[in-house]
Amino acid sequence: MNSQTADIALQLSIMLYFASMAGYLLFLFNQKQVWHKTAFYIISAAIAFHFLSMIIYTAALKQIPVQNLSQNLSAASFFLGCMFLVFQYKSDVKIIGLFVSIVLSATMLIVLILPEAPIEKNSVLKGFWLYSHIVLVFSGEGALALACGTGILYLLQEKGIKAKNPGFFFKRLPSLDLLDNVGYACLTTGFALLTIGLISGFIYAKTIWGRFWGWDPKEIFSIGTWFIYAALLHLRLYSGWRGRKSAIMTIIGFFIIIFTFIGVNLLIGGHHQPFTK
Amino acid sequence: MSHSKTPEIILIGANHKTAPVELREKLSFSGEETIAALELLKKDKDIKESLIFSTCNRTEILYLPDKGEKINNTINFISQQRNIDISEFRDSLYILKNEDAFEHIFKVASSLDSMVVGEPQILGQVKEAYRTAVSSNSSGVYLNRLMHKAFSVAKRVRKETGIGDNAVSISYAAIELANKIFSDLSQKSVMLMGAGEMAELAVEHLISNRVKNIVVANRTFKNAVDLAGKFSGQAVKFEERQDALNDVDIIISSTGATEYVLTKKQVQQAMKKRRHNTLFFIDIAVPRDIDPEINNVSNAYVYDIDDLKNIVESNIDQRGKERVKAQRFIDEAVVKFQQWLESLAVVPTIKALNDKMSSIVEIEYNKTIAGLSHLSQKDIEAVRRMARAIASRTMHDPILFLRNCGDHRDDNLYLNISRQLFNLDIPEEKN
Repeated sequence: MNSQTADIALQLSIMLYFASMAGYLLFLFNQKQVWHKTAFYIISAAIAFHFLSMIIYTAALKQIPVQNLSQNLSAASFFLGCMFLVFQYKSDVKIIGLFVSIVLSATMLIVLILPEAPIEKNSVLKGFWLYSHIVLVFSGEGALALACGTGILYLLQEKGIKAKNPGFFFKRLPSLDLLDNVGYACLTTGFALLTIGLISGFIYAKTIWGRFWGWDPKEIFSIGTWFIYAALLHLRLYSGWRGRKSAIMTIIGFFIIIFTFIGVNLLIGGHHQPFTK
Repeated sequence: MSHSKTPEIILIGANHKTAPVELREKLSFSGEETIAALELLKKDKDIKESLIFSTCNRTEILYLPDKGEKINNTINFISQQRNIDISEFRDSLYILKNEDAFEHIFKVASSLDSMVVGEPQILGQVKEAYRTAVSSNSSGVYLNRLMHKAFSVAKRVRKETGIGDNAVSISYAAIELANKIFSDLSQKSVMLMGAGEMAELAVEHLISNRVKNIVVANRTFKNAVDLAGKFSGQAVKFEERQDALNDVDIIISSTGATEYVLTKKQVQQAMKKRRHNTLFFIDIAVPRDIDPEINNVSNAYVYDIDDLKNIVESNIDQRGKERVKAQRFIDEAVVKFQQWLESLAVVPTIKALNDKMSSIVEIEYNKTIAGLSHLSQKDIEAVRRMARAIASRTMHDPILFLRNCGDHRDDNLYLNISRQLFNLDIPEEKN
């Protein structure tokens, strides 16, 4: 097995992501359960191939595929897919698959287009704390992406009901309560994972650089993001920030995550920078 | 010859569009009356097949006359059966023949002819009427086929058009909204403001959706207690309505008050106490009870009677588009059924029978001759003549039988059997 096999598996998974997006779009328009089921099976297969591709890569090159920007995007997408499977299993919001398949298709297309940056062997990228840092942060961000997705669906549904003009989405989206609850579940899960992920990152920093905190821009933005979500959860629990406000905040929060994920490295720099080339 | 052309199928009936409810009640057949009437129709030599379909919105008789149309006989029959003078209902009847009758019964089954278009019960009622006719043995090959076609069209209309999707009544629209706001109505409480007939009606619809709890607030406390008792809910004083907002989720208001009975400020205060959990206000009072400004409060939704009417109307508009599609399915089904009827006629059957025999003769003759090179031209002709004679002699009696099957009661049955027996290739639509 070599990295070319990994590429083939990855390309296959990208094709399947697009196919599942088509399935979910069909489901959106004609509301036939068969399309939802088909799309769900396809996206599950896509995630499986995606995983396979990462395994083959790791086995072939003896390093985990989070070395450059395209690999990181790919890994983040994979964890979003996994979180989606978990939440789809737990809640019955079928149409969230549309959001996920669109996001995954789009990011994986970027992964495909991005020029492959040369990868330098980096002996620093090893150890339990690093792996848990990566897995937890990506899973947490995946859950927060789902929260953003349900937030968007909530706003679409709420707009129609508030304006007394239930339109195209009225029948096709679940109830406000359900979207709010699922969004909240994604939010708390994502927040918890992100918290532990950041802690493991600090521990990793301590083992490598001998310090927990180094005023790295990425560190600052990550903590900033964490505080925003902490504030949102606090407001929700103690001041009843539910529904529309909460939905808008989860969407804003996720955009800050995207900036922290990519923007900081590209624009400001820091010790995460090599992974974003 | 009557049997060489397709048989007539006639439908006589009255529905909610042609007859007022009092008349419909008089014309309507109960289940047992239907069975008794079908027994009589079965004994009638002039009626070959019959089916009676009767609901609170329509009474229709579908039948196959033997000769002629027998329309007056059937109207007389209805008059006798329902014990009602012909002059009373003659003008409310529609009399539809063949294609028109097929189209009508397809529309009825597809719920396009219903009072509430798209309501789903009608198909079950049509099926019930069909089962009654089948078990009474009053329907036969034609009506059975027609009814099966009606079921498949109705299924197609239900599946492939949005006819059944949209609410057309105000209470339905309100429930649908509630279902898109709350995920589980059985966990939600309702407060009724006002204890009039409107409130009662509204609750009856909600009860069928089984809400968790019902609270009634009314100026006359006694009426509140009475209504609450009916639905095993609680009564509260009208002055307590603001406090009650803390615990309920849906408010249905129908008081006769001339001013708003709930203001934005009151709701904002209640929202804090209920930690901004969603409130849904349904204001069916005219003039309005609920300040429309409340709709601007986060997580509060106010629908008054006009808003609900607008939704119902847009649903009806949308239904119009779906109707065009449904009509196309029905037209297709009518054409196909007509084709099937024609294919059943005697002449094509006989022709197909002859064609089949000739082709067998040709094939077998050619096969035989190919292996007999020593035969003279004369011998070959003789063999050919013999093969043809055997075929035509064999088919003579069966064809004679088919030509004269007007003497039998069920000529279509024999045609059907002949076609199956000889595996005849007469174009027939697939189910």
